[in-house]
Amino acid sequence: MTDTGPYTAQKPPIAESPERLRERIPGWGADLDPINRPSATRLQWQEDTGAHWEFPERQPEKWPRERSVEHKMLTPVFGTACPPRWLSGAIRRYSYARYSEGRSARWLLFVLADRIDAFENHVESFLRLRPDNPITETGVKSEFTHHGLRSRLGQHRADLKHQPLDPIIVAGPWAAAAGGAYVGARRLVDSLRG
Amino acid sequence: MRAMVYRGPYKVRVEEKDVPPIEHPNDAIVRVTLAAICGSDLHLYHGLMPDTRVGMTFGHEFIGVVHEVGSSVQNLQPGDRVMVPFNIYCGSCWFCKRGLFGNCNNTNANNYAVGAYYGYSHTAGGYDGAQAEYVRVPFADVGPSRIPDWMDDEDAVTLTDACPTGYFGAQCGDIVEGDVVIVFGAGPVGLYAARSAWLMGAGRVIVIDHLDYRLEKAREFAFAETYNFTQYGDIVLEMKKTTDFFGADVAIDAVGCEADGAFFQHVTAAKLKLQGGGSPVALNWAIDSVRKGGTISVMGGYGPLFSNVKTGDLMNKGITLHTNQCPVKRQWPRLFDHVRNGYLKPGELVTHRVPLEHIAEGYHIFSAKLDGCIKPLVVPTAV
Repeated sequence: MTDTGPYTAQKPPIAESPERLRERIPGWGADLDPINRPSATRLQWQEDTGAHWEFPERQPEKWPRERSVEHKMLTPVFGTACPPRWLSGAIRRYSYARYSEGRSARWLLFVLADRIDAFENHVESFLRLRPDNPITETGVKSEFTHHGLRSRLGQHRADLKHQPLDPIIVAGPWAAAAGGAYVGARRLVDSLRG
Repeated sequence: MRAMVYRGPYKVRVEEKDVPPIEHPNDAIVRVTLAAICGSDLHLYHGLMPDTRVGMTFGHEFIGVVHEVGSSVQNLQPGDRVMVPFNIYCGSCWFCKRGLFGNCNNTNANNYAVGAYYGYSHTAGGYDGAQAEYVRVPFADVGPSRIPDWMDDEDAVTLTDACPTGYFGAQCGDIVEGDVVIVFGAGPVGLYAARSAWLMGAGRVIVIDHLDYRLEKAREFAFAETYNFTQYGDIVLEMKKTTDFFGADVAIDAVGCEADGAFFQHVTAAKLKLQGGGSPVALNWAIDSVRKGGTISVMGGYGPLFSNVKTGDLMNKGITLHTNQCPVKRQWPRLFDHVRNGYLKPGELVTHRVPLEHIAEGYHIFSAKLDGCIKPLVVPTAV
């Protein structure tokens, strides 16, 4: 007889019975009835959330806070970490003011600003005499204290194929900046020599 | 105070920062006693989330002690031990009143589409996070709860995001008795989702990953069958074979934007940032592994831009896609019951406790998957 498997009105059977599963797994089926699942009804009126206002009091805006143009107004409460500054801040402000969340340009400008922000802060870290340290800040020392080799050797890890790219991503901008500085310095010296 | 600070992709350090002030009458300042590094923090750490600014403090899973409260706070007082959901929400907008605490309209000025979360870039509202000695907690009367006396700290901190998100992920699968559930990803969220699928009556739970030590945990903690996808030429076909060529009823994507398993997809998305939404490998495998008319629950985090998702198969198979940021506090009463009854022990997934001063090592260990790391906690040092 042909095994018709999934081509009939029945689903392929499960190997274990509910009784067996209940025996083997603590709590099996405790939330079988959707009434016991807190988010089974996704939109469900919440009588008491703790809020004792209809509209929250507004947080003081201490600098012109950037906001999405998809919001009608600045939200009553907002984060105050890392106000935008320098060139990266100007790009971010422009992107927030110009583009809706549906536009790729908005997000690509943020990605660009993120990279410029990292560069700006690296430069500043030298000026403030607390330079970024790629050894301590990447935590790479843990490779030697937390079984870096043993965690990888003989393992079936998919990420081993691309992990060699990580140092390039981290060190690449530093190498490019050092190369740029070297080329710039050479040109300056050459021009001074006439 | 001492605080973790982001210094650019793959780089963090600890710096001195001001203790955050009360910015709004319903704020509280919480002294952090225990925080966690979440898998989604790695997306920030790897530079994948747009508008992640140098100087930001990460950390959205934490517990602590109330240090100071604003003038309108009624439900908390200094000295209270609290657990704080990762969602920052007002409790009064259209979305919050309907239980969508992860979609509050009053707390993220930077984006309409995204809710607000602690320490999760300006894309999620620009709030500093809790991998620090102190953190500002907006809407203190809404989000935080006092930690029950019987609950231990490691259970409490994992109940602020990872565990409820996994449990919510299983709910979004709309599991019925006897369903076959595949969970992609054996990180904390995937493991909690797999464990929760049984609570909802699953008949079979399969977990897929590429890290053997995590699959071992999936067998032990979540009673799951496991597959290391690197050991199969085609994991989708393998899932078809193991379900008698029917497909799974439910698939849960607990991986998100850094999914591995397809070199080109991973490198273009996670390394070169050319797919702004991230690597869709796990989601595409979910689409192809689930049966026609099945359900996919997406708990993995993705970026706000495009990805190469197999929309055609999604449509042709009539798949229902359920997803959202977990409304944590809605899950708590039921999850507290499960913890008390011994059905769940969330703290069992904690593998590492990292002093705040060694946060860079903590991130590297978690990111590079060293030393059997599954869930690292961060221990601040404030007195």
